[in-house]
Amino acid sequence: MREITLSKAVNEAIAEEMRRDPTVFLMGEDVAEAGTPFKVLAGLVDEFGTERVIDTPISEPGFVGMAVGAALTGSRPIVDLMFGDFIFLVMDQLCNQAAKACYMSGGKLNVPMVLRTNLGATRRSAAQHSQSLHALVAHIPGLKVAMPSSAYEAKGLMKTAIRDNNPVVIFEDKLMYQDKAPVPEGEYLIPFGKANIKREGTDITLIGVSSMVQVAEKAADLLAKDGISAEVIDPRTIVPLDEETILASVRKTSRAIVIDEGHQSYGITGEIASRITEKAFYHLDAPVLRMGAMDVPVPFSPALEDLTVPTPEAVADRARAAVRGELFHAA
Amino acid sequence: MAAKAAAKTGTTPKGPKGNAEDYLRMYRQMVRIRAFEDQANQLYLSAKMPGLTHMYSGQEAVAVGICEALTDADKITSTHRGHGHCVAKGADFKAMFCELLGKAEGYCRGKGGSMHIADQSHGNLGANAIVGGSMGIATGAALSAKLRGTDEVTVCFFGDGATAQGLWYEVMNMAALWKLPVIYACENNGYSEYTKTAEIAAGSLTARAEAFGIEAHKVDGQDVLAVNELTQKLVERARKGEGPFFIELATYRYHGHHVGDINREYYRAKDEESEWKSTRDPILNFGKWLTEQGVVTEDDLATINAEVKTDAEAAVAYAEAAAYPPESEVDMHVYVDSPELDAALRGQAA
Repeated sequence: MREITLSKAVNEAIAEEMRRDPTVFLMGEDVAEAGTPFKVLAGLVDEFGTERVIDTPISEPGFVGMAVGAALTGSRPIVDLMFGDFIFLVMDQLCNQAAKACYMSGGKLNVPMVLRTNLGATRRSAAQHSQSLHALVAHIPGLKVAMPSSAYEAKGLMKTAIRDNNPVVIFEDKLMYQDKAPVPEGEYLIPFGKANIKREGTDITLIGVSSMVQVAEKAADLLAKDGISAEVIDPRTIVPLDEETILASVRKTSRAIVIDEGHQSYGITGEIASRITEKAFYHLDAPVLRMGAMDVPVPFSPALEDLTVPTPEAVADRARAAVRGELFHAA
Repeated sequence: MAAKAAAKTGTTPKGPKGNAEDYLRMYRQMVRIRAFEDQANQLYLSAKMPGLTHMYSGQEAVAVGICEALTDADKITSTHRGHGHCVAKGADFKAMFCELLGKAEGYCRGKGGSMHIADQSHGNLGANAIVGGSMGIATGAALSAKLRGTDEVTVCFFGDGATAQGLWYEVMNMAALWKLPVIYACENNGYSEYTKTAEIAAGSLTARAEAFGIEAHKVDGQDVLAVNELTQKLVERARKGEGPFFIELATYRYHGHHVGDINREYYRAKDEESEWKSTRDPILNFGKWLTEQGVVTEDDLATINAEVKTDAEAAVAYAEAAAYPPESEVDMHVYVDSPELDAALRGQAA
């Protein structure tokens, strides 16, 4: 099978859906001729024109609000937020407007829009261009949240997001845009709320999203050398969350670590760990561990920044401790 | 709709009597808004209504003058003070009172209440409880209308208080750049919640729109015909791609910021309120004009007033007796189904 970059996969997904459905359009800062600073959307304006690939001023609340209005009235906008950190600018439009229109209208209105943005540190971009803020939007009922972990995932999840009749936020890892993966030539969709078991194992379950799926897989490689069999699960979407697949895995392995690039406190690691503890308590042989990003603004210096995100080595260390029963006494 | 037809075909106006049907509909719609609000206020005062509400009384000529210039395909966005827009865009009393009381037959199945009330089937995209929160939505609806190749126009209602929100300047910029069919209708009722507008708004509001190259108008928001005439012209021009437009409508809110804002002399004098009510009431003045022009008699107007009052009372009684939504609905409508997507996924799995 051919291999393409995550960037190309997103581009293909959007192009295919724009060809299929004339109501789909794209708007955001520098999405047309520039194709975004990451070049993800390069070439789309050539095929679809500036009517459907719309460069906006630097007015995030304005154009996200407009996407909500367009989605309420028969269009299916894909709105591009250049950096995930800018989500703070659009919180009212996303969380008070897009997320609630359906409920507040008793189901008579709906907002079929996609907000595509990114996450991920270690790009030496400091505290306002490096955050992973998916937990913020996952907290708000009415939004769906997709977290692609490869080019294959990015294409299938984007196509599903565009066809979903609800507002969907997709977080792409900006460090993975050039990562290649096998992607079929033919069309495919990836359903929301169906986790992907990336690797089967028996001793511990490693649950990671987005960039942390790779970290979990590398940790599993390290653990295999020590004779520890790790199962790796990629939930793919955190809203809806495939609780069943996660619980079934933990009931089998009896141990779990949840890994995320969002801050650890009040983040998705705590949410998923808590659900496991509530629903698989008697199957557990070790406390469920959380490994999120450090609770500090992301620092600029490489010497500091690299300390803030989970690494395969750190995950493997914690997994060994869990498997060896060392966690009951450790603080 | 004779007035609309006249505007579309370019024929000369037929004069007061020729437009009697339109005028009487406008009069009745204003009376309906006032009657709705009077009943809503009573429901609050008698502790029958959950929560609070923001009265539209005094501003009726704005909603009616504008909405009478629109078709059902045209969209509006409304505000926390939205009952008037809802009535004027074609809503029914029963479903409105049911919504106000949180009943299942309400327009939003009791999930929205006063601040989110909207008859979606008549192009009302919702009342918004975030001040200025709908400015993006209205502008986006206009963008969508253009992209879909329709001639629909969107009117964005907001108050003077909302002009302090940055969102407005972002979307006016884009609306002007892309010539979107949106009309920003600022109902300047003189008060931004509990503060005089003069204390929160520097310079002129029309100048703010003009800074983006947007044609701006000021109109007496107590004169339903003036509002309607101006809006008809702007709507027709917006349909032809000559938008966006801005209208500042000078009006007055008879009640406080909300129904519980009763002792308000610290920010607004009673004399000022009675002055507006006695000399600039949109319903009394329009009724007087209609009788002076010989369109109707005072008895005719009294009959309309009585009919509307009876309708409103019956709708209140209906809503009071109506059922609350079943508990099973509490987690419904968070998400909507996506049947076409589901079918595609099933096809792929097969």
